[in-house]
Parts: sequence; structure tokens; C-alpha cells
Amino acid sequence: MNQNKQPGMSLIVQTVARWLKGFIFLYGVYIIFYGHLSPGGGFAGGVIVASTFVLLTLAFGKERSLGKLGKLLASELDSLGALMFLLIAVLGIAWGRIFFLNFIEKAVPTGNFKLFSAGIIPLCNVAIGIKVAASLFMIFIILAVIRVQEVKGRRRLVTTEKRRKE
Amino acid sequence: MNDIIYLVALPLAMAFFIPMIGRKVRWLPDVLANATTLVLLILAGQTVGREGVYALGGWAAPLGIVLVLDSLSSLLLLIINLVSFMATLFSVDYLEKLYTSKLRYYSLFLLMVAGMNGTVLTGDFFNLFVFLEIASIASYALVGFGCEADELEASFKYLVIGSIASTFVLLAVALLYGRLATLNMAHVAWLLQQNGFDRVTTFAFVLLLVGFLVKGALIPFHAWLPDAHPSAPAPISAMLSGVLIKAIGIYVLIRLTYNVFGITPMLSALFTSIGVISMMIGVLLALGQWDFKRLLAYHSISQMGYVVLGIGLGTPLGLLGGLFHLLNHSLFKSLLFLDSGSVEYETGTRELEKMGNLSQKMPVTAGSTLVASLSISGIPPFNGFWSKLVIILAAVQAGRAGLAVWAVIGSILTLASFSKIQRYAFFGQGKDFEPGKWALYQEVPLLMRIPLLVLSTLCLAGGLILWGGLNGFWGPVVEVLLGGPADYIGSILGR
Repeated sequence: MNQNKQPGMSLIVQTVARWLKGFIFLYGVYIIFYGHLSPGGGFAGGVIVASTFVLLTLAFGKERSLGKLGKLLASELDSLGALMFLLIAVLGIAWGRIFFLNFIEKAVPTGNFKLFSAGIIPLCNVAIGIKVAASLFMIFIILAVIRVQEVKGRRRLVTTEKRRKE
Repeated sequence: MNDIIYLVALPLAMAFFIPMIGRKVRWLPDVLANATTLVLLILAGQTVGREGVYALGGWAAPLGIVLVLDSLSSLLLLIINLVSFMATLFSVDYLEKLYTSKLRYYSLFLLMVAGMNGTVLTGDFFNLFVFLEIASIASYALVGFGCEADELEASFKYLVIGSIASTFVLLAVALLYGRLATLNMAHVAWLLQQNGFDRVTTFAFVLLLVGFLVKGALIPFHAWLPDAHPSAPAPISAMLSGVLIKAIGIYVLIRLTYNVFGITPMLSALFTSIGVISMMIGVLLALGQWDFKRLLAYHSISQMGYVVLGIGLGTPLGLLGGLFHLLNHSLFKSLLFLDSGSVEYETGTRELEKMGNLSQKMPVTAGSTLVASLSISGIPPFNGFWSKLVIILAAVQAGRAGLAVWAVIGSILTLASFSKIQRYAFFGQGKDFEPGKWALYQEVPLLMRIPLLVLSTLCLAGGLILWGGLNGFWGPVVEVLLGGPADYIGSILGR
């Protein structure tokens, strides 16, 4: 419904999205980092972070969000998240001969100036958050760019970039 | 015991590492994937004869997640990692010519291996579901890897049916957890022994049974298999038919019925009848196929019928026969699918009518197909003969001579349909045979020949594993199942 040739949705949506995107992203990060103490965690936070990029795509078109987080980078982050999670698990073997051992000291604050510690759980949440955010963004983008097209008499899946060239 | 966790952790790590690092260097994904599966094969070889329980994160049995290693698990680990090493070796040249994007292929392949190794090792219901889903989802993607219309259709069909089966399993796990407040398989078995079954646990068991019968593709739950297995790239077909339906289908069925819920005469009757039905209908449907890989796919159903028949008999000899046939089937069926891949690699077709006289041009492929065909049809001295013989003897010994007759008829029909492959593809020619194209065919590259030769040798020598019978290699494996839930609980919970 956009009259000028600019991709995306109307000016109102774009303005609101521009204001909100930072807050939504930050909220996602908060959920990831606070997941071991309150409801939430890596998965929920990761979904919220990914939704920032989904919002950008819907409001401004996919070029804008791909400019912020390219497909290659998203794919690397996706793998990185999974590898981080595994690394934390394997560090348990290095530390105490047990896979997934919670090797960082755990503590419940009893006096002043003491920190609450859940061991490796926040680190795992960060890894899961990166993984989930990157994969959900990838799924959304793939659904947005892939189309079915006739190529040499057969119906095939092609990305929109390739499609424009042909 | 720390090494068994690497059977899951290593392929998982490499599945994510290969796409990160492999974009720059062309040969790196091949080398890394083959090195991974080789290391996995060595690790799996080291588990033979050992048993133990590994508590993840140091949390002991009923509360934490445990991995359980026993003879049955190590048999399956050996099969999975042997076939996956052969398949990755075969993939190097095969993928180069026929497909793109090796990075994604190896990534999904190793995820599938991680899922199967996990399924075979785990002693926890929810963990079982997670590993099952890792293996299944990777296989859905791999079936549609070529992205042609019919491959995507097969993949979608597989996805829908497989997801319904997975939902059944998840629902069953939820019901069991709601009723018994535990997810540990041994603890569930213990609580069932103490309190007996009620409606909820019986219903959960039926859901699990249906879910895993679908994954194991036994008739009448087979509809996805004849489409899914031929559509995948050949090494993946070898993995799917050779190990996936066993690791996430038949193995879990065996484990759950024998070690968790306990086998009953009714279950035994169910298994033998499903076994006979799959055996006969599978082979009859295979007879009419003209697509090389589709014919093989129907034979997978039929041969799984033999396995389930042996398992369903419930006698030591029957269990031995069933499990031995499971091992043998993984060898000769993966060999046959790799052979079909070689043929497709050269001729570019899977239609038997378009092939002909390949034995003159591709001696290794033709020879290994002949070995595998004789094995699957139960001709001595190949491994298939010995396992079928044991199953038939077990049926006679159990006083079920009728079942033995069906097994013999199934075997003869198998021989008939494999004569067809030999006649049209290798030693004769089909209707649409093109001599012009035929003149250009040559033997496949060395890296594709090695797995064919190794698997042929194993098919020829496989009968030797039977040496000693129940006192030899198979004794401890059958012991695990005959011990029933009591032994399983004892080995994990110590009560």
C-alpha cells in the first residue's frame, strides 16, 4: 500500500519501529542475562532479540535488516552459539571429569556486597540466546527470500536475488 | 566412561564447526567430516564389551539425565558409526558431481549421527525424544536435499508423518511424567513394577508403540518410507535404510518393550504378526518396482519384518536371530543403496529399464551389488543366510513352524526381485537401453569404491560373528534383553 517506491510499510509504522527497536533489543538482552533469576532465559530472550530484526524487515523491507545482520553473519552466529554451549559443557570435563558439570562457584547472597551466582547457567543462557536469535532470524529471512520458480521446465526453489537476475 | 559422551558431543560440535570454517577451503569439509566419522567409529569400537552408566552434570539416576551403555547399545553404536563412516567416504565424490552445498550436507549428516548415537545411549524419556527429533529433523532436510519437486514432496510427506509420530511420543512422555513424576526410563520401569499398569500408563505405552512403529516404518505405518528413502542422496538413503529406521525405530521399540515396560504374550503376538505382514507385503510391493532405489526401499520394510519377527518370538534364539539380522541388514542394505548411488553417478538414472550390461563397465559396483543381493536373499555363505537361518530355526524351536514357512517364502520372493535388478541393470538390458551412452560409462572413483569393497567383505565375512552362538559375541546382547526390566533397573538405579 506504499505509494512511493520505498519498500516496507507506512511512515507511522516506520517511525514507531525506529523508536522501539532499541528498547525491544535491550529487553531481549535483559531477559537473556536475567534468565537464571526470573522467568525467561536464553530461548525467550533470543526470540525477543530476533523479533527486533523481524520488526525491521516488516517495517523497512529485508534490505535494511540484512544490512544490520547479514545472512552469512547470522549463519556464523548460529553455529557460534551452539559451539559456545558445547564448549561450556566440555569445560566441565576439563574441570571435574564430568560433562556439563556446573564448575563455577555457586552462591546465594547472605550478607551485604555478595553476588548471587548460578554457576554456568547464565553463560549457557547467553549461548542459547545467540543461537536462537540467529536461527529464528535466519528462518524468517529464508521464508521471505525463497520463492518457487520455473527453471528449465521444472519447479525449483530460488532466492529472490537470483530471480531478479534471470 | 567419559568417552561415550563424545559419541554425541563430537558430531554435534563438528556439525556446527564445519559450516563456520569450511567456506574458505574447498577440501576441508570432506576431510573434517570423514575424520569425525572415523573417530566416532573408533570410539564406538571401544565401547564393545563394556557397560556402565554416565550421569550428566554429576546428577545421579532418577533425578538427572543418564547415558546407559550396555551390549545392545554398543552393538547399535557400532552399526551407526560404521555405516556413517562408509557413507561419508562415499559422499566425497558423489556429492561433488550430483549435488551442491557440501557444508550443509555434512552439517545435517553429523547432526543426524549425533541424534542417533544419543537415542541409542540415553536412559531418559525426554532426552530420548530430543535426540529422536534431532535425528528426524536432520533426516527430513536431507531427504529433500536435492530441492527437486518430487524430493520436496517426499520430504514433506515424511515430515508430516514423522512429526505426527514424534507428537505421539511427546504426548506419551508427558502422560508418563504426569502420572509417575519421573522421566528416567529405569525409574519408570521400577514404578511400573511396584504399582502395576493403570489406564494412563497403558495409553502412554500404546502411544509410544505407535510412534516408534511409524519411525521404524513397519506395515501398516510404512507410507512415508518408499517415497523418502529413494528421494534422498544415495549415502543418505544408505543411512536412512541402513541405520536410521533401526536406531530410532526398532531399537527403541526393543528397549522399551523388553527393558522398560516388559514383554507380554500379547505384545509378542503383535510383533510376530506385524513382522510377518511387513515381511510379505514389503517384498510383494518390491517385486513390481522399476525404480532401483524404490525397490530397495520396499525391501527395507520387508527385512525389518524379519527383525521384528525374531524379536517378537522372545526366545533367546529368536532375539539372537532378530538382532543379527538387524546388523546384517544394515551392512547389505547400505551397500545396496551405495551401489544404486554408483549406478546413478554414472548413468544418471534410477530406472531399471534404462540400464543394461553394467557389469562389463563397472565391475566393482556390479560385484558388490551381487554380493549384497545374495546376502539379502539369504544365499550361503553370506551373512543374510545365517541370520535368516537362525530366525527360521527359532520359529521352529518355538513351535511356530507357520512363521518359518512365511520367512522362507519371503526369502524366495526377495531372491526373485533381486534377480530382476541383476537381469536388467548388470547382466542384461532393459527396454530403453541406450548403447551410445553405455559406451561412455566407466567405474566410479576410488573413494566411492572403497566403501563398496569394505561392505562387501563384511557381508561375506559377517557370518563369522555367529561363531559360538549364545556363548559368543551375542550372549551379552541377548542377556540384556532377557534380563527384562529387573536387570535394567538394577544396572541403573541399583535396586
